[in-house]
Amino acid sequence: MKPTNTTDPEFFHKVVDCQYACPAHTPVPWYIRLIAQQEYTEAYLVNWQSNVFPGILGRTCDRPCEPACRRGRVEDAPVAICRLKRVAADFKEDVKHRLPGAGPANGKKVALVGGGPASLTVARGLAPLGYELHLFDDRNGAGGFMRSEIPSFRLPQAVLDEEVGYVLNMGIHTHFNTFIDSMSDLLAQDYDAVFVGCGAPRGRDLPDLPGRKEAAANIHVGLDWLASVAFEHSSRIGKKVIVLGGGNTAMDCCRTSRRLGGMDVKVIVRSPFADMKASDWEKEDAVNEGIPIIDNHVPKEFVLKKGKLAGMNFEKVEAVYKDDGGRELVPTGEKPVFFPCDDVLIAIGQENAFPWIEKETGIRFTGWGTPLLNDDVTMQSTRKEVFFGGDAAFGPKNIITAVAHGHLAAVSIDLYCQGGDLTARPGPQVNLVSQKMGIHEWSYASALVEDKREAVPLVELEKALSDRALEVELGFDADAAFVQAERCLNCDVQTVFTGANCIECDACTDICPTSCISFVRNAEEQDLRQRLVVPATNTAQGLYVSDTLETGKVMVKDEDVCLHCGLCAERCPTAAWDMQMFLYNTATASLDLMEIT
Amino acid sequence: MSYIKPKFRHPRLPINTLGYTVADYDGAISTLCAGCGHDSISAAIRNACFLSSIPPHRIAKLSGIGCSSKMPTYFMGRSHGFNSVHGRMPSVATGASLANRELTYIGVSGDGDTASIGIGQFVHLVRRNVNMTYIVANNGCYGLTKGQVSATADLGTVSKYGTANQFEGIDIASLALLQGASLVARSFSGDKEQLEPLIRGAMAHKGFAFIDVVSPCVTFNNHAGSTRSYTETREHLDAMPLDFVPMREEIRTHYAAGTGQNVTLHDGSVIHLHKTGTDYRTNDRVAALNALQAAQEEDRILTGLLFLDPNSQDLNRNLNLATRPLNELGKNELCPGSRVLNSINEGLR
Ligand SMILES: Cc1cc2nc3c(=O)[nH]c(=O)nc-3n(C[C@H](O)[C@H](O)[C@H](O)COP(=O)(O)OP(=O)(O)OC[C@H]3O[C@@H](n4cnc5c(N)ncnc54)[C@H](O)[C@@H]3O)c2cc1C
Ligand SMILES: Cc1ncc(C[n+]2csc(CCOP(=O)(O)OP(=O)(O)O)c2C)c(N)n1
Ligand code: SF4
Ligand code: SF4
Ligand code: SF4
Ligand SMILES: [Mg+2]
Repeated sequence: MKPTNTTDPEFFHKVVDCQYACPAHTPVPWYIRLIAQQEYTEAYLVNWQSNVFPGILGRTCDRPCEPACRRGRVEDAPVAICRLKRVAADFKEDVKHRLPGAGPANGKKVALVGGGPASLTVARGLAPLGYELHLFDDRNGAGGFMRSEIPSFRLPQAVLDEEVGYVLNMGIHTHFNTFIDSMSDLLAQDYDAVFVGCGAPRGRDLPDLPGRKEAAANIHVGLDWLASVAFEHSSRIGKKVIVLGGGNTAMDCCRTSRRLGGMDVKVIVRSPFADMKASDWEKEDAVNEGIPIIDNHVPKEFVLKKGKLAGMNFEKVEAVYKDDGGRELVPTGEKPVFFPCDDVLIAIGQENAFPWIEKETGIRFTGWGTPLLNDDVTMQSTRKEVFFGGDAAFGPKNIITAVAHGHLAAVSIDLYCQGGDLTARPGPQVNLVSQKMGIHEWSYASALVEDKREAVPLVELEKALSDRALEVELGFDADAAFVQAERCLNCDVQTVFTGANCIECDACTDICPTSCISFVRNAEEQDLRQRLVVPATNTAQGLYVSDTLETGKVMVKDEDVCLHCGLCAERCPTAAWDMQMFLYNTATASLDLMEIT
Repeated sequence: MSYIKPKFRHPRLPINTLGYTVADYDGAISTLCAGCGHDSISAAIRNACFLSSIPPHRIAKLSGIGCSSKMPTYFMGRSHGFNSVHGRMPSVATGASLANRELTYIGVSGDGDTASIGIGQFVHLVRRNVNMTYIVANNGCYGLTKGQVSATADLGTVSKYGTANQFEGIDIASLALLQGASLVARSFSGDKEQLEPLIRGAMAHKGFAFIDVVSPCVTFNNHAGSTRSYTETREHLDAMPLDFVPMREEIRTHYAAGTGQNVTLHDGSVIHLHKTGTDYRTNDRVAALNALQAAQEEDRILTGLLFLDPNSQDLNRNLNLATRPLNELGKNELCPGSRVLNSINEGLR
């Protein structure tokens, strides 16, 4: 293998598993260390700079960082990254004076369609640069689905209002209760660029299922129903409720039903339990609230009695997995199963809908109904001044992806408006600093703790079910947060190797608790991976390979399960290993928004 | 400074036939200087015991005084251990081996511990053929007492304090050969590929197995002018590579015929010496002495298996002692009473 080029920031970036997996690349270990130091405000600002909605995301994020967390590979559970983010938000001091405001006007005007996290992120990126920003949303407030769909018992309105407010207060011109019904008209106005962040607002229905029309009064599309609850147009539901679907919307529908009078609420899903789209923790939360999840049942018909919905018939199926990874739900041939109910909520998916974007605008769409974009970096559409992001770009995803898109689009819009080349994008902000304080001393807590992951405490079930707006999770207190924060392995403290110093004494190989370091003859990657102290079978993780050393061997470090404990560097007699803090901030339109200490 | 090695280990560590991982053979974190060759030897012993699937609690570690003699603390924390007086490990080892012949004895000593203060005890241990593996971490100085030249230091080697050694060093491998050791080897702490199989072979051997390991003292004997630094050792190394093949495995499946020399040990395991271009034979004591002498003349450090008598009789068998450990014998066997005493006395009349 060729020696690793550590001057390419992407190598060390990949070592920081959580940050790498985060669509917005939030510097996770950095903020977790700040939490351990009780520097909650700084921890909050590190987050705010990167993901704009720390308090919201600390409660609702899909957290792709956690399955990626290294701790999960050396122990059973990852660091509680997401809920620690909430700790920063809960315990911070007032941050208003630390946040940037609108910059001096630069004469450019941008329209933002939709007021969800994607548009708000674009606004946050462009406002400090002096853009005049007009945000349109058909709802009575900004936040998009964070306001209309995510229930308050998961995301209190005060938290939402606070963080949406930080953005709107940067001089954003808001136009609520305004549905943009023609892109042509919008383009005819004097905007220099348009960002489309209208989400994927159409909930799927089952229009052809027998009885759908006749029982319509008691059948609701989940997305619309959750919004009507959020905006207080609905406040009751029947005693017996069936929720169809296995995604997160289904989980929010069933839990909301339990709070609006549903006593016997069931989730009924076509696929096996393990294949359901909902995150494990959301399924857990539903089950904890006494909601059974019945899998392998395909809806067949709505059954009416005396002209009113009385229940549903289902066909039992079995999942058959094919070699190509495909799956087929095969009927078992058993009799149809009947479940009685008063109301049905259909939460079987959502779709993009752009009826308001006319063909003549030159904006083209793919067969999937999503816009044709230049690539997933510029977010530019086939009409050069129109950019997409969030669920509107590639279909329904999540908040943190919408934020990541927002950052990309803001950079593009700024380049576009300033006449720059959209592909000549700014690189990440990086820094690499030695942590050496003394012969064997580091400026980070290198010693490992053995504490286990703890769940966040919850309010009493009875109380939770009696109040739709009462937040279920109480959050970690400061003591618990410290323990959980200390579980972080500091994967951003990189092991940096200087081959010229190495005398090949093997001390690092011998001490390394997780057998990461080998000195071997060089070979092609596949072969090399097999010949290490422990074969490096996790190919998702990189190998750090040195130049050829004095004896003709190379140092090969498997980055897979390194604990960043610093023992290699402590045992190295020649300081060939050093522990160096690696900072990586993804490029955004306005990076140096504020000072974080 | 870390005092504790984290508990976390690689999740896919291989396991041996006992179901242990190499982590089950770990000891406390080393307090030796960073980069000390002794730590590499500790790791080689740990790896060898793991690979040979020796139950940790069936091993006894014995040592004297010195940085080298501290090593047993840093490997196999679940084994028995005895840290004796400076240069007196041989007598403790002899006693232990006589009292319980079923444990695997690993003696760890230094060049000072063995060749300076302990040379008297050492030669008797050798000539008695006590069943043990005796490893000298040979750094040519007294590391623990700040680097004074030891009795094995080469003539002319310059100490950390700037003076050249005026005396010819004792070659302890030659000494062991002369005194009739049944296995003699030499290796280098920086060459685990050779050292590990040697230790495994030494542990499988019944009788006194001696391994002299060049082990640079990074702090007091790794400077320019020293003949035992990492660089100097590597430059003069003349290694005879070898492998250890446990009895369970078929030697033929590993090596094509005629590619090297095989030596079979008591328990059926095999030491395979790779063909090195020489016709070195490990069963010739005189040739081994000559080879060592020749290498020294030519400034080469000859490493590998130098001599092995696989059919030697160890001390227990020579003295025809009880075949079971003393701690397994009952009161009547240990103290057979006046009737037996009388009959012994009768026999002597
Ligand atoms: C029930 C439910 C629960 C969810 N829970 C989570 C969760 O816990 N965590 C998570 O990360 N994600 C969750 N999501 C997904 C997440 O809400 C979305 O991925 C995210 O909000 C998308 O952001 P966005 O900016 O693209 O658009 P949205 O948040 O969808 O915002 C778009 C806004 O634009 C408005 N709009 C649409 N068209 C127009 C128009 N023509 N003119 C004016 N306004 C318009 C819409 O009404 C909406 O307010 C959930 C989704 C649902 C449905
Ligand atoms: C009876 C006695 N005399 C002297 C000493 C002082 N002493 C301690 S270690 C040592 C030399 C150790 O040298 P060596 O065996 O080569 O071990 P190293 O530290 O080099 O590994 C001496 C002389 C002692 N501890 N006990
Ligand atoms: S920091 Fe060094 S010693 Fe610690 S796990 Fe990583 S490679 Fe091993
Ligand atoms: S401890 Fe340092 S000098 Fe020794 S092998 Fe490792 S990197 Fe090289
Ligand atoms: S003084 Fe020398 S022998 Fe002792 S620990 Fe340090 S390097 Fe090793
Ligand atoms: Mg010594």
